[in-house]
Amino acid sequence: MTETVFFYCFAALAVAGAILTVTMRNAVHCAISLIASLGGVAGLYLMLHAEFLFAVQIVLYIGGIMVLFLFVIMLVNLEAAARERQFHRSWVGGLLCAGGTGAMLAWFWLRGAGTLRLPPAVQPTPREGGNVESLAMVLFRDYLVPFELASLLLLVAIVGGVMMAKKRI
Amino acid sequence: MPDLAQLLAAEVPLSWYLILSVILFVIGAAGFLIRRNIITVFMCIELMLNAVNLSFIAFSHKLKMVDGHIYSFFVMVVAAAEAAVGLAIILTVFKNRETLEIDEVSSLKL
Amino acid sequence: MSEWFSQPWLIPLIVGACILLLSPLAVAFTVLLERKVLADMQARLGPMRVGPQGLLQTIADAVKLLMKEDTVPAEANRILFRLSPVVTFFTAATALTVIPFSGRFQVTDTNVALLVITAMSSVGILGIILGGWSSNSHYSLLGGLRSGAQLISYEVALGLSLVCGVMMANTLSMQGIVQAQMERGVWFAFDNFGLMLIPTMIFLIASVAETNRAPFDLPEAESELVAGFHTEYSGFRWGVYMLSEYISMFAIGSVLVTLFFGGWLRPFPNVAWLEIPFNYGAPVVIFGGFGLLCFYLTRKQPIRGYALGLAGVGALLWVAALVFLIPAFNREAAPVFWWALKLVTVLYLFIWLRGTFPRYRYDQLMNVGWKVLIPTALGAILLNAVVGMARAAR
Repeated sequence: MTETVFFYCFAALAVAGAILTVTMRNAVHCAISLIASLGGVAGLYLMLHAEFLFAVQIVLYIGGIMVLFLFVIMLVNLEAAARERQFHRSWVGGLLCAGGTGAMLAWFWLRGAGTLRLPPAVQPTPREGGNVESLAMVLFRDYLVPFELASLLLLVAIVGGVMMAKKRI
Repeated sequence: MPDLAQLLAAEVPLSWYLILSVILFVIGAAGFLIRRNIITVFMCIELMLNAVNLSFIAFSHKLKMVDGHIYSFFVMVVAAAEAAVGLAIILTVFKNRETLEIDEVSSLKL
Repeated sequence: MSEWFSQPWLIPLIVGACILLLSPLAVAFTVLLERKVLADMQARLGPMRVGPQGLLQTIADAVKLLMKEDTVPAEANRILFRLSPVVTFFTAATALTVIPFSGRFQVTDTNVALLVITAMSSVGILGIILGGWSSNSHYSLLGGLRSGAQLISYEVALGLSLVCGVMMANTLSMQGIVQAQMERGVWFAFDNFGLMLIPTMIFLIASVAETNRAPFDLPEAESELVAGFHTEYSGFRWGVYMLSEYISMFAIGSVLVTLFFGGWLRPFPNVAWLEIPFNYGAPVVIFGGFGLLCFYLTRKQPIRGYALGLAGVGALLWVAALVFLIPAFNREAAPVFWWALKLVTVLYLFIWLRGTFPRYRYDQLMNVGWKVLIPTALGAILLNAVVGMARAAR
């Protein structure tokens, strides 16, 4: 019962935040709605026993990426943009495409709901100590190369950001 | 140690998470296609990535494997890198053009 | 009645209520401490008028703030302007909920407690940035932007120095970290042949920057930006900003104390014969000494009421010292006492830094953050990992 109530609360927060992100006029309001949406999804992570990702979601998305967004919004002057028309000229087409995607996914779900056979759980979840340890074990043992590649990607992003920001190197 | 997650034991079926994920993804995709402001478009991309992460973690919980967590972890890393570079590009575009409307930045169009 | 006392929610409820009710009071006396210590460093007396030796000055200030007119700028974004101080306060108070005050007194301990604190401190940035933006004033906006850049930069160094401590403890739970230090018999700050002092120092510097205090108080540099992000705030809302700034000082200071200085452990936790002098002697000496100071100062009070009040405070301190001699009480209260003593020491250090160093320039601040602290923290992680593994292998 409780988890259903929590699910509905977090889901409502996530969906309402998402809708407001798409429809709000002022970019700062969009960002705040997105933060609400991300917070709702973070709550859902907690319900799914993903405590580490819950914390990472808040630190990285809300505390890092969204602060960066707000930063850029404040650096560029968007007052004129807020008064102009908000939607693309061909917004009908865009909406149709998005709706089509949704319809397709819904169709797959409706047709495939009964046929989905998930394999039985391979490893018993190590609950004591939480999932941080098990996550670390898998990340640094099975996914070490992707992890190093991700760090390389971040390095490229840092260099790219500096290149963009500097007038002369 | 009272485990926070034990209080919120997830008895909600997997399909609900998947439906929610689809809803969030479609809202993000719609915003990506119809908004004119580059920054908002960028936020909609984050929304879509987040929706995908949610389904990864829901499946991971269902299958009792942490691999899904690792995928969404990598998605977050990519999102962070993308935000850093993308926002730098947005700043440069604004410096050169004084506008952030997506249909006015169209020099590459034929 | 007795089953009430064994309920699992009882202690969290009581501790949570204590946090909410006592933290404003603790902030009031920290502000007083700050003003008195700064005054002493500058050869002044500081507040002396309200209450004996100015003891009630900040209470009077709080009452004044509550009665002031609450103004919202005409062009401000009203909703965000009202929301921002709440966000800052809420996140600062939430960070306190995972701090262990003793082995038993804690609201909750999760297996990602340390990450919860970092998460809350990073969400707290939003309150500052949005407060600066929604005021619709140039000073506020610049203060908010500076603050955002500074906090993001120093959060990296802070997180990297936390990694060293987590590596030593093998857990992210705050109680687990304290337990690990008890098992090793040494505070993490002095572990690994003293190599852990490097991340401790980095954490200390970065936490001064995280809490926006001098010499890193760029966000509210009063000689450049009037008052930074809270220029347009007045009365109660300004008070909430101040309150949350000090509460986040408590939270960050508690993390420093817990991760590097043993949390609620007494010094030398493994040496059994030191329990009597440390757990009984130290509180008695400290409370009794301050009681004696109060009695001494009664002779200098200008009016009789103040003298009586101060004598009452001295008597209360002596009662506290005597209560600490009861073994049943001492067992529960001594860890809290040690935690509080360490935290007050850290707060004194923060005040000391403020009284000593001139403010950094903005580019110097960024240089220190990115070119000194972060590389040093990365090097410290590598060094501590190698040395720690070598010690474990031996």
